[in-house]
Amino acid sequence: MSNLKYSKEHEWLKLDGDVATIGITKHATEMLGDIVFAELPEKGANVEKDSTAGVVESTKAASDVYTPISGEVVEANRMIVDDPSKINADPEGEAWFFKLKIKDIKELDTLMNKDEYDKFAKESAQ
Amino acid sequence: MIKKTSLYNLHKKYFAKMVEFAGYEMPIQYKDGIINEHKFTRTNCGVFDVSHMGQLFIYGNENLTQDLEKIFPVDLKNLQVNQSKYSFLMNDSAGIYDDLIITKIIGGYLIILNAACKENDHKIIQEKLKNKHNVELKENLSLIAIQGPKAKSILEKEIQGVEKLKFMSGGKFKFQKNDIYITRSGYTGEDGFEVSINDSYVQEFVENMLKSGAKLIGLGARDTLRMEAGLCLYGNDIDMNTTPIEANLKWAISKNRINTEYPGSKIIQNQIQSGVHKIRIGIKPDGRVIARGNTKIYNNDNKEIGKVTSGTFGPSVDHSIAMGYVENQYATLNTKLFLEVRGKKIPANVCNLPFYKKNYVKGEINV
Repeated sequence: MSNLKYSKEHEWLKLDGDVATIGITKHATEMLGDIVFAELPEKGANVEKDSTAGVVESTKAASDVYTPISGEVVEANRMIVDDPSKINADPEGEAWFFKLKIKDIKELDTLMNKDEYDKFAKESAQ
Repeated sequence: MIKKTSLYNLHKKYFAKMVEFAGYEMPIQYKDGIINEHKFTRTNCGVFDVSHMGQLFIYGNENLTQDLEKIFPVDLKNLQVNQSKYSFLMNDSAGIYDDLIITKIIGGYLIILNAACKENDHKIIQEKLKNKHNVELKENLSLIAIQGPKAKSILEKEIQGVEKLKFMSGGKFKFQKNDIYITRSGYTGEDGFEVSINDSYVQEFVENMLKSGAKLIGLGARDTLRMEAGLCLYGNDIDMNTTPIEANLKWAISKNRINTEYPGSKIIQNQIQSGVHKIRIGIKPDGRVIARGNTKIYNNDNKEIGKVTSGTFGPSVDHSIAMGYVENQYATLNTKLFLEVRGKKIPANVCNLPFYKKNYVKGEINV
């Protein structure tokens, strides 16, 4: 079913027209543990592929969230800022992080499909 | 070579995520995760494997108590058998080698030491006692903490009589005809016990606790629990560069010992009389941002005035919590501070410790 794309930094991306919805993968949340804090990019900000676009923190440590693609932030999901536990509950659904108006669709070619990502995640967890 | 405790296989059986801590492979969390484990301990009963900690037994002659008083700033002469005190091993500048719990037992003392410090502590104590007494860091003993409002009833079912123990006191008990030593103490801000038990039957003992409704809790929740309780973690909140007075732990130095002689006594006396430059405080950041150890602290005028030593999100108090050291003049309750997190200055306030109110069963005897 999945038309999702994945990055090596454990973000997922779903394209709808020229807008990409971006979040972190279930595998990422399992590695992080209970998430208690999330910081998102400002609406209107321009972000470059593979740069830091947000932060999540578990009780133990902070981790950067990278954008797998360049673009302009058109929406940030306030819900996960107000209740970060939603990220553990539904990371690849309602707990998306931000939406980008994408700059260059060719950048998507650098990302993995679901099978490739699952294999990558399994290997990197070793 | 990384060490394992006797409960290693049990941790694996309960899906522990293992990490290296102080040279041991220890469970950071189990399947439920840190927040659930934390909350379970606050409402029910958590079981912690803390067998990596040192159990130092000192036996000796009639001079032992006075010899140990030259090492620890605590009133041991008036300590009764089975009573415990929190204390420190200090250097001559009153820097802290380790914080510890010392319990008087028949014929000597039992000292519980931090895992990362225990070998060094052992060496220092042995040197100071000059082989006059027998000092042994036991290798065949596990240490299990049982913590939470239901700790008493769950442990009592297995070991009759523990419910009569007062906070910071202990006693000898039997687990299936084997001697064990239990103190009423802990590191979570909850009522609870610490059980010193031989490696060969610790697994059965812990399995029995689990059958009675307790759950295994990892080091991750142990850290959030102790932070909510305002307790120091050695290596983060106290170390060789802090004194007990700076750490706001003056209460742990026995009143009748302050002006006697022990390592660092001159500095301690001077700091009590003239005050300190920096002091440990509780910090409540605004919002959910977490200020971890080493976060810089600023005053209203953007002047750096100190550093955070521990910080996390407190699951039971449901807000960000931290502690750290600031210049003495900024230590007053409700003083406005700013914490530099990822380049931004986050407003915060000096607050009372603990963040979470204690539930200890108080003892009647106060030495």
